[in-house]
Amino acid sequence: MSSDAIAIPNAGTEARPWVEVVHEWVTTVDHKRLGILYMVYALMFLVVGGIEATIIRIQLMRPHNDFVSPQVFNRMFTMHGTTMIFFVVIPVVFGFANYLVPLMIGARDMAFPRLNAFSFWLTAFGGFLLYFSFLGGNGLYGAGNAPDVGWWAYAPLTSRAFSPGHSSDYWTIALLVAGFGSIGTAVNIIATVLSMRCPGMTLGRMPLFAWLNMFMAGLVILAISPLTAAQAMLCVDRYLGGHFFDTQAGGSATLWMHFFWIFGHPEVYVLVIPAFAFASEIIPVFSRKPIFGYPVMVGATACIVFLSLSVWAHHMFTIGMNSYANSFFAITTFAVGVPTGIKIFNWLGTMWGGKIQFKVPMLFCIGFLFQFLIAGLTGIMQGAAPFDWQLTGSYFVVAHFHYVIVGGILFALFAAFYYWYPKITGRMLNETLGILHFCLFLIGFHLTFDVMHIPGILGMPRRIYTYEPRPGWGTLNLIVTIGAFIQGVAMLVFVVNLVYSYFKGPKAGNDPWDAWTLEWSVSSPPPPYNFASIPVVASRRPLWDLKHPEDPDSRYE
Amino acid sequence: MSAVTSPIPQRSLEWKLPYKGKVGMASLIFAESAIFTIFVVAYLFYLGKNITGPTPREVLETPIFFTVCLLSSSLTIHLAGKELENGHRKTFLILWSITIALGALFLFGTGLEWHRLIYERGLTISTNLFGTTYYSLVGLHATHVTLGLVMLTIVLLFGLADRVGVDQSARIATLTMYWHFVDAVWVVVFTVVYVVGR
Repeated sequence: MSSDAIAIPNAGTEARPWVEVVHEWVTTVDHKRLGILYMVYALMFLVVGGIEATIIRIQLMRPHNDFVSPQVFNRMFTMHGTTMIFFVVIPVVFGFANYLVPLMIGARDMAFPRLNAFSFWLTAFGGFLLYFSFLGGNGLYGAGNAPDVGWWAYAPLTSRAFSPGHSSDYWTIALLVAGFGSIGTAVNIIATVLSMRCPGMTLGRMPLFAWLNMFMAGLVILAISPLTAAQAMLCVDRYLGGHFFDTQAGGSATLWMHFFWIFGHPEVYVLVIPAFAFASEIIPVFSRKPIFGYPVMVGATACIVFLSLSVWAHHMFTIGMNSYANSFFAITTFAVGVPTGIKIFNWLGTMWGGKIQFKVPMLFCIGFLFQFLIAGLTGIMQGAAPFDWQLTGSYFVVAHFHYVIVGGILFALFAAFYYWYPKITGRMLNETLGILHFCLFLIGFHLTFDVMHIPGILGMPRRIYTYEPRPGWGTLNLIVTIGAFIQGVAMLVFVVNLVYSYFKGPKAGNDPWDAWTLEWSVSSPPPPYNFASIPVVASRRPLWDLKHPEDPDSRYE
Repeated sequence: MSAVTSPIPQRSLEWKLPYKGKVGMASLIFAESAIFTIFVVAYLFYLGKNITGPTPREVLETPIFFTVCLLSSSLTIHLAGKELENGHRKTFLILWSITIALGALFLFGTGLEWHRLIYERGLTISTNLFGTTYYSLVGLHATHVTLGLVMLTIVLLFGLADRVGVDQSARIATLTMYWHFVDAVWVVVFTVVYVVGR
């Protein structure tokens, strides 16, 4: 397979000055390099966000703890939420989309390579701007530091009166800038999937990964844009003396809530649809069966995208909407469970009767399946408005959405890292360290987030910096904190594995998993031009056709 | 393997995909529509909720002439694109310049209106809710017109340097989509601000 790679004289043999290497990475428009930049950037912020989470958990370890001040605690949960959503999960899913979509659809790059680079750097500088607030948030007023308004930044907390200094401005402008970056990448992904497919790659033969990432991009366009608009309004309020969210002048605080959650809920699906995409590629390969119910998977995703746009007010049942609005949002919330359930059954149907190989990516995928199911069930519980009235703003909610984001999305992301690391670096990740990482993370995750539901049901509110020694609260919170530390150790194992295997891992070859999509047909790492000649495909599993000319898929499709 | 080919003999493959510029622009227009929707919703939500004056009924005058200017620029840019496709570069440039002139005239109209509102009526962005929502919505649209004019002017400059030919018509069509969108948004803004809002 290496015979067709075009030989470039002296490529990679000479040591070049580091300035040249850095310059090459900074000015690159190659989708693979930008994909790696996105991923490395996201992993960096994952560590930062993880440290913030650890500080939160140490503070809550026992009643009346004074590890950090209330002000610092507020900054920590604000920065933790904002970082993890906007500067970890969005960049990392964009990174995978960037790296893999062109390879999977047989293209040499994204549709607009320069827009791609521009979008990445916008996102990157958005993150740096947010963290510069630790230095610059003081402003001329000598007040504030990092943003401390929560990641929802509800009005009127963000008004000049309650948020002097520049902390909220850093938050607003960082998200505004990163939002433009996200929209740029989303436009790019859609144009790539629709206009850059190789001959024979009809929409019906496209890998589910490409389908789902296109839906994700569509949802980014429909969800991030309202946030961008709302941030612009907040800027008008803070800089030009506008009154959008100024209740003193007749403005409405609930309007901000609506605008934020019109973004906020679809955002969850922006993050989870790529997780579905990873699972839809990995589970079939390790079950040695094609995906079960391909068209239904596509339809269910379209359905999720559509429904997710009409559920936002289930975050706001307690603001006092009328019963019709409450019922509407409760029903649409329940309805999202249907297409999601279809997907889970399809993955189970793929595994059913397959020769399942319990490699590390598959272990994480199985974890994802179980945990995402539970996360979905607690979501349905809170979709019921009366139940939500009891639990909203409590640790039950925190446990629920961390179950989605950590138990669902992060597990799928780990699966994706173990699965595609050989393609990206050319070396396998260490299997033993991988299993250790999986076991530790699984234990830590369940200790933290299973137990966290209980203080929520007992009535512990979120975002409090400390609490009274009520019966059970101290013990439960201590267990949660211990779990968080175990997750931290697991993350360390993962990072060690990433670094160690980069240098010492066994060579991967083109196709270490005996997989079926086009990215495995090229060398690992792929050459800059991806494909020496553009492939022609005849089925959903082009590499299967190639490996099994006696019984190709194209005969049945 | 240089190409992943099917072992099954293929019928000769007809392979045509949509132009990526058009797909990209359509996606961008969806994003922009979402942004404008939020501003329009805010405008409608705050109608009649002013605590202090002035109100839209007291100060707004319907800019019919300038609206006609902007909307007719959609027609001229459409005709310009057709002329370019047929290889009539001169007529293309003339129609393109008229489009720019009409767009600039519209911006001038917005400027006049704002000048009158600010200096004669005392309405600024911080006066009341109407001021905040009005200047934001109309200003957002004016920003898009300005951006469009910049891009149209760049094309004009290239055209004057004889660099815009038939082979560029797909790109011109992409830019035309954006300009049509800006005009369509004005129809919505006009209806909301000057018809419903009063």
